[in-house]
Amino acid sequence: MLHKPWQEMGLTDEEYERIVHLLGREPNYVELGMFAVMWSEHCGYKHSRPILKMFPTSAPWVLQGPGENAGVVDIGDNLAVVFKIESHNHPSAIEPFQGAATGVGGIVRDIFAMGARPIALLDSLRFGPLDNPRNRYLLSGVVGGISFYGNCIGVPTVGGEVGFAPCYTNNPLVNVMCVGLIERDKIQRGRASGVGNSVMVVGARTGRDGIHGATFASEELSEASEERRPSVQVGDPFREKLLIEACLEVVKEDLLVGMQDMGAAGITSSTAETASRAGTGMEIDVSLVPRREEGMTPYEVMLSESQERMLVIPKKGCEERVKEIFKRWGLEAVEIGKVTSDGVLRVKEGDRVVAEIPVRYLTEECPVYIRERRKPEFLSELWAYPLNELPEPSDYGEVLLKLLSSPNIASKEWIYKQYDYMVRIDTVVRPGAADAAVLRVKGTKKGLAVTTDGNGRYCYLDPETGGAIAVAEAARNLSCTGARPLGLTDCLNFGNPEKPEVAWQFYHCVLGMSRACNYLNIPVVGGNVSFYNETSGEAIYPTPVVGMVGLLENIDRRCTAGFKQEGDLLLLLGETRDELGGSEYLALVHGVVAGRPPQLELNLEAAVQQMVREAIARGLVQAAHDCSEGGLAVTLAEMAILGGVGAKITLDSPLRASSLLFSETQSRIVVSARPDKVGELEELARVFRVPFKIIGTCGGKTLSISAGLKPLLNLSLGEMEAGWQKMAVDLEG
Amino acid sequence: MKFGVIVFPGSNCDQDVYYVLRTVLDQPVDYIWHTETSLKGYDCVVLPGGFSYGDYLRAGAIARFAPVMSAVVEFARQGGLVLGICNGFQILLEAGLLPGAMLRNNCLKFRCQDTYLRVENNNTPFTNRFRQGQVIKMPIAHNEGNYYADPETLRKLKERGQVIFRYCTPEGEITPKANPNGSLENIAGIINEEGNVLGLMPHPERCAEEVLGGTDGRELFASIIDWWPHRFRAGA
Repeated sequence: MLHKPWQEMGLTDEEYERIVHLLGREPNYVELGMFAVMWSEHCGYKHSRPILKMFPTSAPWVLQGPGENAGVVDIGDNLAVVFKIESHNHPSAIEPFQGAATGVGGIVRDIFAMGARPIALLDSLRFGPLDNPRNRYLLSGVVGGISFYGNCIGVPTVGGEVGFAPCYTNNPLVNVMCVGLIERDKIQRGRASGVGNSVMVVGARTGRDGIHGATFASEELSEASEERRPSVQVGDPFREKLLIEACLEVVKEDLLVGMQDMGAAGITSSTAETASRAGTGMEIDVSLVPRREEGMTPYEVMLSESQERMLVIPKKGCEERVKEIFKRWGLEAVEIGKVTSDGVLRVKEGDRVVAEIPVRYLTEECPVYIRERRKPEFLSELWAYPLNELPEPSDYGEVLLKLLSSPNIASKEWIYKQYDYMVRIDTVVRPGAADAAVLRVKGTKKGLAVTTDGNGRYCYLDPETGGAIAVAEAARNLSCTGARPLGLTDCLNFGNPEKPEVAWQFYHCVLGMSRACNYLNIPVVGGNVSFYNETSGEAIYPTPVVGMVGLLENIDRRCTAGFKQEGDLLLLLGETRDELGGSEYLALVHGVVAGRPPQLELNLEAAVQQMVREAIARGLVQAAHDCSEGGLAVTLAEMAILGGVGAKITLDSPLRASSLLFSETQSRIVVSARPDKVGELEELARVFRVPFKIIGTCGGKTLSISAGLKPLLNLSLGEMEAGWQKMAVDLEG
Repeated sequence: MKFGVIVFPGSNCDQDVYYVLRTVLDQPVDYIWHTETSLKGYDCVVLPGGFSYGDYLRAGAIARFAPVMSAVVEFARQGGLVLGICNGFQILLEAGLLPGAMLRNNCLKFRCQDTYLRVENNNTPFTNRFRQGQVIKMPIAHNEGNYYADPETLRKLKERGQVIFRYCTPEGEITPKANPNGSLENIAGIINEEGNVLGLMPHPERCAEEVLGGTDGRELFASIIDWWPHRFRAGA
């Protein structure tokens, strides 16, 4: 009796005992498999649930917070925006192309499960350094997979970010965010209510792919992970496109009680979750589920993660119309069972009951762990690193060029031009042109700004500050286009939460994010946790990724980052401090990841953001760009490159030049303005109590920066652009 | 005049073309389902961009067998205007309504970017609002836009003025660097011998409004609308 099948499924002995206790008997094999996936970290959030409660989740404009397929916020005009981010890290580490492709497919289904038309995709990606061929393979596979799937389904990929650090070698991060638009009164819910209502599987047929994917996502990567390749699903974007159209047509005709994506844990999770939310039960017959393969067992059908499937619960009497619509789109819609009143998920194969579990046990009784938390010992040493003793570089211009060509900062055009970012003809601010992409909302004057952000290095050095900065920077990026942040979705990528140091990082990161959310009044409306991002026992940097959506009331008053006109004056909002800790400069030039990340003063952050939004709304600003990786010098260089106009800058500060140029002090935005608007801008800064300085003038074809009378650097637009594009040339030839 | 936008399974620019015709240009327009067998009542049909049938097998290779395509062939024979954009162009090639074939982009990657085009022939129903030789800006988004034709076909195309758009520099020069996909002689769009079927890889519907950064695409649709009342005089 040494064989313990639950261990292979990822359950501990204690968890198995809990199942036996709940059921009052031993579970059979099918039931055990269902518990294993529903109680996996991926579905059950057993290590994160209590901590996630710290997030603020409500605001007057929130129509749906966490707990559904995706969050929903109101934008007026009877319209609402639906959005969510999700990880597909583990599958992408093994099979980058399909891993990333199905990551796109899954998050898109979450959005139209709410009844919304998907209108935008964003990807937040992390890889190890590109001098390693495996990392290059992962990068090109992931980008190729996103391009393959996203382009085909006709949803524009408008934004995202790509970062590189050694800790992501062999454990890339692939976080995909989807944004959808819906009329408020059309919002669907993943609820199986109405006893006697039919339960249908629609879309693709069920095969043996992806069995135990959710369990796989809840363990560390290792040498043996390659054997998990069959856990990675294969995507069919063409079928997904048909599924989108068919589902939206069914929603338009108001034929449904509920709808749910079949993502992780397939039929098991979608039936359990929809019944659980409605407080009902469900009886299904697996022999009715359309199959791709012969001879599948009930266990395989219940745990398959075949893609492009949805569970729908039609209103009584609407079943035939639902089938008709799916048929028109070349898709199957098959009744597999009924909603019941007894709160039990009963799975039959013909007449034989193969599983019988009270729904609540699967969704509510998942154990919750509060692990021991311990501050990592390495932190004290990193914090004590004598940053002040590092030598000043001899050539600041050379350093700026080096920073511009760093993969973390360099232009990502070579990536996003592989994505269709224009389809649906709403992309008003394209990727790369501003701190966030902006989409118009047809039929209104409104626009939506969208972004993803996260700095793993900051979180590694100080998770609380890093977490807060992730939220603040995302909001700042939206503000730089003129948009007011409405809400965020988070993807929390961490190592093994059973390790006290990782548990500590997770707790403090969420704490920092929550503080920033509360202060900036940005609710968290959904998200995803990805633990066990470790390879051979080495964890990634704690990497929370924030996806954020903001509203522009008037799309004509939108702002981009490139300089617009010779003669415009440049203002720096906020103040530069000596904060090189955790900076790109430090890592790139000195090879050091140490110190404390820049501090974040939330009151100043809020003021700077409010002011820049107000200035843009009043039409006072020509361009705006925040200071982030690489500091003020990189911000100015990017504005110059994007606008094709140089600038002459004079900084007046007692700080050493390296800090003045490359410190990553938060809450700073560079704006350009016509000289006749500067007075009003200065007045606005005083009203919002934002410190500011006029630092220079746009003009010419070079960027020159001096500290007082001392010239620091002088670079031509051409050499800066060549540096900024160098990565593309190196990789693409 | 009345427009129809054909919807194949997997078309994804159908709603964009529809929006431009209906909302931007205020024209009567219908969606036409791929199973329709008649195009009676329409004056111009658009085969939109996208991934019809997933582009599985080869872009456009399955779509040409859709029931509506026999109707499109018949419609074109009778002189109806047919506009194929991107995937629509690929389908027209596969259906034999236009000569030549599409290869994969020579960079072997999907390309989404603005391109400059030189109008090589403005004496068509689709280009009459442009000046001959005018340089216009239009975005592309495709994986297979590398146009190919055998030397004999190419010679005829050029001889008869059937090459309508070529990728060029902002100054209008036809250079290899201005070519985003390796297409033969920078060809971006061609017309049939009769002058009523145009296929082009760039997306005019994506640049038909100022808010999207350009209106050159609008001029292409407006050319069709301008030309229509004079169709008998001009003769298509």
